[in-house]
Amino acid sequence: MSINKDRLPLPPADARKTLMTCHFCIVGCGYHVYKWDANREGGRAPHENALGLDFRTQLPAQSVVMTPAMHNVITGRDGRRHNIMVLPDKECSVNQGLSSTRGGQLASVMYTPEGAGANRLKHPRQSTGDDWIDTTWDRALAIYGGLAKRILDEHGPDQLMFNCFDHGGAGGGFENTWGTGKLMFSAFRTKMVRIHNRPAYNSECHASRDMGVGELNNSYEDAEVADTIIAVGTNAYETQTNYFLAHWIPNLTGESIGKKKEWFPGESAERAKLIIVDPRRTVTVTVAEQVAGKENVLHLDIEPGTDIALFNGLLTHVVEQGWHDRDFIAAHTTGFDAALAANRMSLEETSRITGVPVADLKKAAQWAYAPKASGHRRRTMHAYEKGIIWGNDNYRIQSSLVDLVLATHNVGRRGTGVVRMGGHQEGYARPPYPGPRPAPYIDQEIINGNGMMLTSWACNNFQTTLNAEQYREVVLKRSRMVKAALAGAKGATVSETIDIAYEAVRNGGLFVTVIDLYPVKFMDAGHLALPAAHPGEMNLTSMNGERRMRLSEKFMDPPGAARADCLIAADIANTVKALYEKDGNAEMAQRFSGFDWSIEEDAFNDGFRRPEGIDSQGGGTGHLVTYDRLRAMGNNGVQLPVKEYTGGKLVGTPMIYADYEFSTGDGKAHFKPAPWPGLPEPVAKQKSKYRFWINNGRTNHIWQTAYHDKYIDFRRSRYPMSPLEMNPGDAQSLGVESGDIVEVLNDYGSTFAMAYLEPDIKPGQTFMMFAYDNGVMGDVTTEWTDENVVPYYKGTWADVRRVGSMDDYKRTVSFKRRRYG
Amino acid sequence: MNKLSRRGFLKAGGGGVAAGAAVSVGAVVASPEARAAAGAILPYEEKVIGQAGKLTVGRPVTFAYPDDASPCTLVKIGRAVPGGVGPEGDIVAYSSLCTHMGCPVVYDSASSTFRCPCHYSTFDAELSGQMVCGQATENLPQIVLRHDEADDSVSAVAVDGLIYGRVSNIL
Repeated sequence: MSINKDRLPLPPADARKTLMTCHFCIVGCGYHVYKWDANREGGRAPHENALGLDFRTQLPAQSVVMTPAMHNVITGRDGRRHNIMVLPDKECSVNQGLSSTRGGQLASVMYTPEGAGANRLKHPRQSTGDDWIDTTWDRALAIYGGLAKRILDEHGPDQLMFNCFDHGGAGGGFENTWGTGKLMFSAFRTKMVRIHNRPAYNSECHASRDMGVGELNNSYEDAEVADTIIAVGTNAYETQTNYFLAHWIPNLTGESIGKKKEWFPGESAERAKLIIVDPRRTVTVTVAEQVAGKENVLHLDIEPGTDIALFNGLLTHVVEQGWHDRDFIAAHTTGFDAALAANRMSLEETSRITGVPVADLKKAAQWAYAPKASGHRRRTMHAYEKGIIWGNDNYRIQSSLVDLVLATHNVGRRGTGVVRMGGHQEGYARPPYPGPRPAPYIDQEIINGNGMMLTSWACNNFQTTLNAEQYREVVLKRSRMVKAALAGAKGATVSETIDIAYEAVRNGGLFVTVIDLYPVKFMDAGHLALPAAHPGEMNLTSMNGERRMRLSEKFMDPPGAARADCLIAADIANTVKALYEKDGNAEMAQRFSGFDWSIEEDAFNDGFRRPEGIDSQGGGTGHLVTYDRLRAMGNNGVQLPVKEYTGGKLVGTPMIYADYEFSTGDGKAHFKPAPWPGLPEPVAKQKSKYRFWINNGRTNHIWQTAYHDKYIDFRRSRYPMSPLEMNPGDAQSLGVESGDIVEVLNDYGSTFAMAYLEPDIKPGQTFMMFAYDNGVMGDVTTEWTDENVVPYYKGTWADVRRVGSMDDYKRTVSFKRRRYG
Repeated sequence: MNKLSRRGFLKAGGGGVAAGAAVSVGAVVASPEARAAAGAILPYEEKVIGQAGKLTVGRPVTFAYPDDASPCTLVKIGRAVPGGVGPEGDIVAYSSLCTHMGCPVVYDSASSTFRCPCHYSTFDAELSGQMVCGQATENLPQIVLRHDEADDSVSAVAVDGLIYGRVSNIL
């Protein structure tokens, strides 16, 4: 709890001020970092502090967000101490001065020997088999590079496996996706790579892309001017907070009606209607009802996994009503008739499958697709996220949704769009993936005994994968074979260590390297650990959910000997290159060349700015972007793709497909048949055997911040363990109270959680926090994936039983209702 | 520009705090023990804010502390809670300004929570202002109270947590 938190130092007027985009979620709120000497502070008069505010009297509400969590005292490698304060930028169009509870702690998570960062990995570490010890970069790289080269030479690249990020923000960004991608795909040339949150190298949006509609096709401003927003499997208040607060709410209150009239003269302009598709009554539903009034919010609480039926029923109904856009379909799409025939479903059948009354289905169609009073076509934005990305067939759900969107022409027009809400920021620039589609299911490869060397790069799949218990057991077992060998070889040189590790992996062992900020759970299986950096400690570029690219500037050193990920990738490549040069193997040395980078900007210039022949979210105009130009654009950056650089400014693209040139060979959007498939067999089996649906997702407090949060009292004291929201009647039948520890178990494993009774949870359903360290939800998910190896994290059933009461939780954790109002 | 003395610039929990603000003559300064219990180091003045016997469960009372620009809410919960004073240990008080952006929070007696209408944060009045859900990074500052059995008075003695819109709880 708070200790001496009734006083803060102010940044003086001459404090150094740099740019930071919050690196936690996709929204990417703009912040400024103020940095100044630890022995000074600004005065309270406006001219005496960098904020220009008068702190001699009480500030009025909404003047500023400035809390103790936004301040820290850091120590540089030179020993000098500085205050830092990280405050939201009022001029940033994304967040407009707002901070979320997560972005509001950016200063707290920066390294300081006394704070959360005290737990950081500061030096390379090597397992002796029975202990972890610090080692030098030279030794760590020599072991890593030597073993990787030996495996590559003798067994080929398929034995080198990676669990690696592919996103933006912390643990990612254009610099780091390029550095790691060039290492994996150009140098090692391995296809045996999985992405941080899914067990293969794939997209979460294959279907949308295959249909010609990239998944980030509008701007946040479009949510302000939409007539209707359909939110599917997204809980925006908790997980895209400031997008929701700054851009959705003005539309829900009617505040943006003036903008609508200005943008769309002659069209009816009213406050937005909001349709939320989610089996769970989320916090977002309750906030929206408060803001817009229940009469303007329609919650379609479908049965789990029935989204496809819903979209297909709506499509059928819309066409029956004649609300589809025949001209658009004819001119700019293909495959409408076939998709309609395949997807056709009556409202009665849709109601039977989804559990939503026919009247509500009709109401939703009316709100979203009926012409406006002025006769104009309605502008409906469709926003979706993990509810369908991690749904009962990622590819088919997205197909059915985009079919509905295309039929009603809700893409390419302002106020429309079919967009994922997003998790992390994006920031992809890599050489082409060298494997097939579908890509290999890496977790299963590991479980089946394949792979000799596994590098876990800014991932922690022991707590974030599916079928996690089995995966963890196998990785630990195979890793222990290597540890046993290492433990028996005291005094081994680098060369001997490589020999020992090689023999162990040749006999079924797995050599595991963890590259991360913290000693994460995956280090339980590790043999090497390499300390990485995050934004603030390195320059990093990423783009948010409206493709807005910004530069987060370095303002401090990484702790100890930690390095930026792209530079670690370069170190590895250069180490292997030198080994091949020593062998006189010029051809292989060449494969590992091109990593002569000393700073992050070198990696940026090598990848993002040279887009020919690579896959880059910057597109073909990445060369127009430089650090200096981005810096000049401040926290508003530029929306990719960049159109031009003119008048000292980068000019971007607010709306994709406004020209109706879709991302297909023929430039047309392609409808895709997507009939309702029912639940996959392994999931249906769990449903038939077990009582509770284990729905899962994130909470407002902990959302892509868990790696820090376990060390931050404000978070950890709120959720010392994964909460499991349960219906009170169900809980009573099991003798469970809030604060009890419960076990969740099925055919795949068992996990544990802190019971949290919540009346809005339906009987037979639960909601567990995903990807937390204390209570891993993934332990009870099935191994089932869709055709592109995208998991169905949301779909598992299990039993729940009481373990016992945790009096400390009951004393220190609030079990008040999280829903608003 | 103020230059902090080495002695006055203490470091704790990663946050910098300074001691030594002026104390008005004649004021009753809360005991160091009371302030320390709250993690507070500023020289708060003690101020009587009500009578325990006159408080009713579920009926909040507003007051200002540590000065007139800082609205606070005094509530009687009906059961003993952390930081609670009075015969039942159930009287607590909090700043009425949301720690996120300073909007006035509203007390909901049915749930014993404070709710912020601006960005929808909820704080638990029965648990030291813990944020239940919302966008603040700090719990609601709890006003440290003292109950005097002799005259049944309830006094504010310190503030646990930074009040919104200030760099120091004492202006």
